[in-house]
Amino acid sequence: MSEIVAPANIPPAPRSAFRRFLDSDMFYSFIGSPVTVVAAVITVVLVAAALAAPLIAPHNPFDPASLSITDSLLPPAWSHDGTSTYLLGTDDQGRDVLSTILYGMRISLSVGFASVLLAIAIGVPLGLIAGYSRGPIDALIMRVADVQLTFPAILTALLIDGVARGIAGPQAYNDVVFPVLVLSIGLSFWVQYARTVRGSVLVEANKEYVLAARLIGLRPAAILFRHILPNVLGPVLIIATINLALAVITEATLSFLGVGVPPTQPSLGTLIRIGNDYLFSGEWWITAFPGITLAVLVLAVNLLGDWLRDALNPKLR
Amino acid sequence: MLAFALRRLIQAVGVIVVVALISFTLFRFVGDPINQLAGQDTTPAQRAELRRDLGLDDPVVVQGARFVVNAAHFNFGISYQFKRPVADIIAERLPATLELSILSAIFALVVGVPMGVYTGLYPSSWLSRVFLATSLLGVSLPTFLIGILLIFVFSVDLGWLPSFGRGDVVTVWGAWTTGLLTASGLKSLILPTITLGLFQMTLIMRIVRGEMLEVLRADYIKFARARGLSRRAVNFGHALKSTLVPVITITGLQLGSIFAFSIITETVFQWPGMGLLFLQAVQQVDIPIMAAYLMLVAVIFTVVNFIVDILYVAVDPRIRIRGVEA
Repeated sequence: MSEIVAPANIPPAPRSAFRRFLDSDMFYSFIGSPVTVVAAVITVVLVAAALAAPLIAPHNPFDPASLSITDSLLPPAWSHDGTSTYLLGTDDQGRDVLSTILYGMRISLSVGFASVLLAIAIGVPLGLIAGYSRGPIDALIMRVADVQLTFPAILTALLIDGVARGIAGPQAYNDVVFPVLVLSIGLSFWVQYARTVRGSVLVEANKEYVLAARLIGLRPAAILFRHILPNVLGPVLIIATINLALAVITEATLSFLGVGVPPTQPSLGTLIRIGNDYLFSGEWWITAFPGITLAVLVLAVNLLGDWLRDALNPKLR
Repeated sequence: MLAFALRRLIQAVGVIVVVALISFTLFRFVGDPINQLAGQDTTPAQRAELRRDLGLDDPVVVQGARFVVNAAHFNFGISYQFKRPVADIIAERLPATLELSILSAIFALVVGVPMGVYTGLYPSSWLSRVFLATSLLGVSLPTFLIGILLIFVFSVDLGWLPSFGRGDVVTVWGAWTTGLLTASGLKSLILPTITLGLFQMTLIMRIVRGEMLEVLRADYIKFARARGLSRRAVNFGHALKSTLVPVITITGLQLGSIFAFSIITETVFQWPGMGLLFLQAVQQVDIPIMAAYLMLVAVIFTVVNFIVDILYVAVDPRIRIRGVEA
């Protein structure tokens, strides 16, 4: 009775994206390197903890009502005077160190991600244009890059910060500190992307698919962004990973130097700076735990970047 | 060779001119110097007079030209914070930073090159693995954390070394202050030097290691061994020699970075040098000092780059040919 007839031969179900991922060379090399797996797990855990800070932090360190000065400078829970309420101890204002680290990591990572994105947004188009146009535009962009490359990132970032301070004035400065930080770190990192992309474009532009695209009359912008861009993204991804670690370090350094985020919304660098003042009186935990967190985060991201560089480099396969 | 040097020289001058323009723009357009110099009870008439005295009413081009001429004489005006000529303040601070930077560079070379050679010669020994793991830490740990760690261990915990300042300094040749001639000065130098040089040390170690690994596979090394030369002659006379070109370049370029990174080290150790001065200037928006520091760093960087380029050509004949043809 049934009119439904089973088709004679079912084509094999297409392998799911996940299955394909598990079969890929990338995944194979990933699983083959235990250090990378550990680094990836640590990175994921730290990023997740930072994202979920308001949910998982035992205290809200930015709610003045919940702070009590009698709880200030308590050592970690396992030491003699510690309490289990404050697992990693408290700082000078009675803020829970574990909670400030979670919130601080959130700020460090958001500034890091945002500055890397900004650097990509500036560097990649400039690299594409320079590599494709050649001629005077190329020369101009690359000379600017050369000049900027003469200066270490931290110096550029400090200068932009100082200029922003001068323009905004000390009061308004605290309102614009985050955009300024992202701007100053992003602007000091764009050169690498521009140079790498330009180099790749010089190679890609001579390939046949680009010639074909030009023959069918596509506009240069379409060729650049639709056809060349996807083929030069590999190196950009590698640089971006390593740069994320660098951007987090730069932000922490600026905050440590006292030109970064204000103590009311501390990043990891600010926390280390605050704790540094108490190092001599024996309250080591205020500096040590944010410091360890920062070091572990940066180390894990760096290891991931190293692995990515090897995995995406066909010469090393 | 001469054409190459000349072209590099023109490029270097170009960079300095661009930086001078940036400095001038900073100087002229960020903040109002009158507000910085004048007190609260300065009358508008006095302000106008001050403005005229400082030449702020002149056309921008005239001001720019004056800035460049003054900068060439290293005259950057009066610091807003200290109300003293910038050149004098910098002259006081420069010895501290130069001493620290140069010692750090020497430390990085003297420790980094042997470590690199060792890890290159014995890549799988346990000591090499320790060196490599340490170098990864050295790259990942931010400078200021290393400084804090060293202070915690050697000053707070063990109490062996001072944690801040230069100790006792001696004045030599009229104006140059040095901490190299007193015991407390030398002790004060140890921790900042290690902090500042550690990153460069790991970098140099990794470069020497990479180059050694590559060179040791080369035919001429096999041939040198086959000729029965001693290990020492092969490893140091032949292999190490050819790794030195990249080491020279990197060290030269890093010398500039060391100078800039001294900002961080000087803050951690409250070292009374240029870096601390610049940081205070950024915090206080002391534009004359910022502009002067920028110019000084630009000059130092370009001079170092220029010397490195020339050295590079002098050391490696292959580049000489390519450089002249290009």
